[in-house]
Amino acid sequence: MTAPSLIRNFSIIAHIDHGKSTLADRLLERTGAISERDMREQVLDDMDLERERGITIKANAVRIDYTAESGDSYQLNLIDTPGHVDFSYEVSRSLEACEGAVLVVDASQGVEAQTLANAYLAIEEGLEIIPVVNKIDLPAADPDRAAEELAKVLGGTAEEVIRVSAKTGAGINELLEAIVDRLPPPGGDEQAPLRALVFDSFYDTFRGVVSSVRIVDGRMSRRDRVRFMATSLDVEATELGIRRPALEVVEGLTTGEVGYLITGVKEIDLIRVGDTVTHTATPTGQALPGYLEPKPMVFSGLFPTDGDEFERLREALDKLRLNDSSLVFQAETSRALGFGFRVGFLGLLHMEIVRERLEREYDLDLVATAPSVAYVANLASGEQVAVRSPQDLPDAGSLISIEEPYVKVMIITPSEYIGSVMDLVQQRRGEMGEMMYLSPERAELHYRIPLAEIVFDFFDQLKTRTRGYASLDYEPDDYQVSDLVRVNILLNGTPVDAFSTIVHRDKAYPYGKAMVGRLRELIPRQLFDVPIQAAIGTRIISRETIKAQRKDVTAKCYGGDITRKRKLLERQKEGKRRMKMVGQVEVPQEAFVAALKLET
Amino acid sequence: MSDTDYGLRTTDGGAKRPSHVLRTTDETAEPPDSPALAETASSWRSAYVHIPFCARRCPYCDFAVVAADEPGGSEIERYVDALVAEIGMEPGPFPVDAVNLGGGTPTRVASLHLGRILDEIDARLGIADNAEISIEANPEDWTDNRARELRSMGFNRVSFGVQSLDPLVLHALGRAHSPEEATSAVVAARSTGFNTVSVDLIYGTPEESDASWRRTVRGVLALEPNHLSAYALTVEGGTALSRSISAGAPAPDPDEQADRFEFVDVAAGEAGLSRYEVSNWAGAGHACRYNLSTWMMGEFAAFGTGAHDHRFGVRSRNIRRLDAYLARIGAGERARSGSERLDAFESERERFMVGLRLAAGVEPGLVGGPFLASEEGRRLVDAGIVGLGDGRVVVLRPLLTDLVARSVLSVSPDDC
Repeated sequence: MTAPSLIRNFSIIAHIDHGKSTLADRLLERTGAISERDMREQVLDDMDLERERGITIKANAVRIDYTAESGDSYQLNLIDTPGHVDFSYEVSRSLEACEGAVLVVDASQGVEAQTLANAYLAIEEGLEIIPVVNKIDLPAADPDRAAEELAKVLGGTAEEVIRVSAKTGAGINELLEAIVDRLPPPGGDEQAPLRALVFDSFYDTFRGVVSSVRIVDGRMSRRDRVRFMATSLDVEATELGIRRPALEVVEGLTTGEVGYLITGVKEIDLIRVGDTVTHTATPTGQALPGYLEPKPMVFSGLFPTDGDEFERLREALDKLRLNDSSLVFQAETSRALGFGFRVGFLGLLHMEIVRERLEREYDLDLVATAPSVAYVANLASGEQVAVRSPQDLPDAGSLISIEEPYVKVMIITPSEYIGSVMDLVQQRRGEMGEMMYLSPERAELHYRIPLAEIVFDFFDQLKTRTRGYASLDYEPDDYQVSDLVRVNILLNGTPVDAFSTIVHRDKAYPYGKAMVGRLRELIPRQLFDVPIQAAIGTRIISRETIKAQRKDVTAKCYGGDITRKRKLLERQKEGKRRMKMVGQVEVPQEAFVAALKLET
Repeated sequence: MSDTDYGLRTTDGGAKRPSHVLRTTDETAEPPDSPALAETASSWRSAYVHIPFCARRCPYCDFAVVAADEPGGSEIERYVDALVAEIGMEPGPFPVDAVNLGGGTPTRVASLHLGRILDEIDARLGIADNAEISIEANPEDWTDNRARELRSMGFNRVSFGVQSLDPLVLHALGRAHSPEEATSAVVAARSTGFNTVSVDLIYGTPEESDASWRRTVRGVLALEPNHLSAYALTVEGGTALSRSISAGAPAPDPDEQADRFEFVDVAAGEAGLSRYEVSNWAGAGHACRYNLSTWMMGEFAAFGTGAHDHRFGVRSRNIRRLDAYLARIGAGERARSGSERLDAFESERERFMVGLRLAAGVEPGLVGGPFLASEEGRRLVDAGIVGLGDGRVVVLRPLLTDLVARSVLSVSPDDC
């Protein structure tokens, strides 16, 4: 058991690829927590996917023993945080478990929007920040410029910035000293009733839900009867432990300490990030503040390419949900795509990760419909209806207005691309906020923009326009009434649900025209003329026709040819792509997939 | 010839009526598209003889041919010897109602040798008295003298590979003859007394225009053939045409081909020729017996390189390569390269599918019923592509026959 004055809880905040995991590895190695021989690169990232993408989805906490130059032995708890704002709530809970943060910036890249967003989050949580410039060994490194930028955004001086190379180990000792010198020890009252913050939880097949906890007040021991306050769940703390990074069982955790808690509970819903754990017998009167229900922001229909895989998709989603209580889904039927699920995500990255995991870990071949946001329809009756799919939108007759979610966007871009970025944001109905120059070469731009405008290809566009240099971050803002309409796409007079979309009235025509044109290219000729129309309500805004197929016959069939002819027809039949019937029209599956990739 | 020298008018009764003896055929003869004729044809037997030799290889052709400058291109006599030997290996009589010499270019072979082939067929298999004896001919090989020789040997049907009357199109198709040679060959055949004179045309060559096609069709019909075959140019894999298209040359356009088909179909009809198969038109009594029989699952014996044989429920084929064929026959063996026995269901399905090519349609039989009842079948009927009349299933839009045939392939034995 360590005195709180000798404990330091901190996290590392860094942009993807700016070296957070390598830095963590180096700290573990330098303090002897892990030997060089055991060194697995980026030990804190469990999942392959995380490693490949360079992001950490699930928080982890590792305890490091460090003997400072003063001779004192410290307990350092390195609390890993998700790197992306989709998980900003999880980030905020992880930060809540810390007193300080090491803010890492790549010496060649400088400050990025994501880093800054998380740094601001950390400052809001009252954390002490240690600014670090990493990768000073790189030939392209410009540590001075990066340090100036950091100083500017954090309001300090460039001299306070620590320069390290996680790769070579340069500056690591200085950083460790800064952690014990500059970061405050945890507060809290050891005598008070137990209050522990759940800042992460994940599902383990054998152990059930494993939670990461930070003891804020009091002490928790093995076999204590504890209560999860949000769900009023009373259970026994069957196991307490820490990671070094190997798991190590402990008898108890005391004020200021960080560790994991296992209770045998299997349902992740019952143990939620942000919840407070207290003793059942002597509960605290006051739960820790800040608990929030996870709220999906972006929705997409996920359909198995092969209709027979529906049940497998359900099982896979159920399994993913064991580890990700923010994932919500419900069965959905599409005339075009068959049976699938409407899935809600925290944001775009969350959506991408879930889709990738389903395809990779569960070997599913999926069609995803264009992502949409959660609209709110105000009805004449005074009722408000959540609209998570274009099909949910009530009839125009009963509608008074539609509200859409806005987000606050922060973009950091080299100055030379400011015009191009502004142009893009304007096209996406963005409202300009403040703009600040981080340096003569780089600027930070703030906007308010409808979430729907960035869910599709905004990030790609931004990267294209800035040659990959701009970075983006966003956070939810409020809802606002907009002039929104649903565009339906009709094939031979039948609406194709998968292609319906809700867009701003000004964008209805370009969307309709593009989608109709695309489908005309993708759908093969049929037995009869097939009109493809885009419509708002009953009003047709765009139309194309697939002309009927006129010739499908081999000209010559002589006696000897018959066997070969039959085999040819059989091959053609086999090779004929899988078709879905939509209003008497045969549509190849690929047409749906390709059309949904449409860029507006 | 001009666009207007051959009237296709029918409304004022002023259209030219067939005048030549060949056109005033037996009024009592069955129309070529009659169901009764088709059913009769199913019991006819034929013999097919393949002559692989050609002066040169046409860029679109993927048949078993040997051009004059290719290995074996001059082995015509040896080949005829082999043919005669192969026919001689037949175990017993198989009297035929039709003989067809196809190729290749049968007229590359001297009349004398063609006579030897016919004689051997008659000797081993037997040729019925009123049999159709047909030969495919290239216009440039045709002379009055040649016509008389062949006629005297018993040939009573000739089909000319005219392809087009447009020099540009003929050039694009790699044909050696001129439009004039084609015209005079047809005239010569008619005056020599061939019972059926047929013209083969190819439409949809990228170099061909609508106007050019109209001139060809009108020009050919003005010659009053009593049989016409018009084939859409098809790009077969491995041909020079296919290679040039892959390299960027224009490909035949299916819509243009459909336009051309519709034009020739109307024009031939107005000239007194009825379409009796996807690509074939004839006057009454002039349907090609050999072809009709093969489309009706009739039996046929086949000889020569790459020739296909259908007898006793077995489809078999000969070796395609000339040297290998010659070697096998030289060794005293049949030159089969493979065979396939169709089971009852497969045979029935094939009968139905191939029969769909006929304007007379096909009896539904075991497969037609389940097909019409299937979802795909109902859609085709609803779309007006397949019809049922007089107890026969007919493809009403002949250019979509393969589309229908693929749907028929969905019928399985379990459905029957």
